[in-house]
Amino acid sequence: MKAKVYVTIKQNVLDPQGNAVQGALHSLGFGEVAKVRIGKFIEVELNAADRAQAEQQLKAMCEKLLANTVVEDYRFELEG
Amino acid sequence: MKFAVLVFPASNCDIDMFKAVEDTVGEPVEYVWHTATDLTPYDVILVPGGFSYGDYLRCGAIAQFAPVMAELHKAVESGKFVLGVCNGFQILTEAGLLPGALIRNNRLKFRCHPVDLVVENNRTAFTNGYCQGETIRIPIAHGEGNYYCDEQTLERLKTNNQIVFRYQGDNPNGSVENIAGVSNERGNVVGMMPHPERAVSELLGSADGVRMFTSVLNAWREKNGAAIGR
Repeated sequence: MKAKVYVTIKQNVLDPQGNAVQGALHSLGFGEVAKVRIGKFIEVELNAADRAQAEQQLKAMCEKLLANTVVEDYRFELEG
Repeated sequence: MKFAVLVFPASNCDIDMFKAVEDTVGEPVEYVWHTATDLTPYDVILVPGGFSYGDYLRCGAIAQFAPVMAELHKAVESGKFVLGVCNGFQILTEAGLLPGALIRNNRLKFRCHPVDLVVENNRTAFTNGYCQGETIRIPIAHGEGNYYCDEQTLERLKTNNQIVFRYQGDNPNGSVENIAGVSNERGNVVGMMPHPERAVSELLGSADGVRMFTSVLNAWREKNGAAIGR
């Protein structure tokens, strides 16, 4: 089974990278850009009996390692 | 008293830390590889700076699951003294041994220069040799030292007196309330972004870091009875 995991910086936490990219976009003339936030996209291939098990496994992976829940949120999608 | 300096792949301040122990207190010190499964011989465990596991995923994220970390949790539980510096601080927060997290410096720059710190709590195992409110000069060297914690955690840190160091004057990384170092509730674990092991001689620009090491020796002696002297 294939999963796509998205790890994003919590809304109330500063994202200096996002701010820098936003500034760069502005200087390129994209004045319409109101906000940029940068996160991580992780592809995981896993062996799971069914979707429920895969979801359970992914949640544990995110909580334990893939995201630091002090500063990051996560969500994931299962393919197939 | 016996010191351990943990070494992860891509730790790079381990030798400085080792030498600092030798030069400041002269107590026995050993390198302990990240695969070690026993920390019982050691009284103080130092987690040095560097880029453990290449800072992959997040700083300290992968190091927190090295075999030695399970032993570190036990050591903390048993009241042993633990100091994490820079990447060591990041590892301790990732491992949940200290509250909060270290994120990217607010101006994205890797900052490498001496800073002035205010000693906010001189009652931890590593700061008992400083005066409360004293200003000390210690170098920093980090790109991700912006200490963050939520409001509730911050209140808890204040209530329990867990803020150990604050930056004085310019805040180099945008940390919450200028925090440079924190302790756990019990005070036996301290984490800080500045490098006291790089400030152990006037020849290095400052000797203000020496008392981090002499403090923990005092704390250990106090814990084990004043009769044990050198």
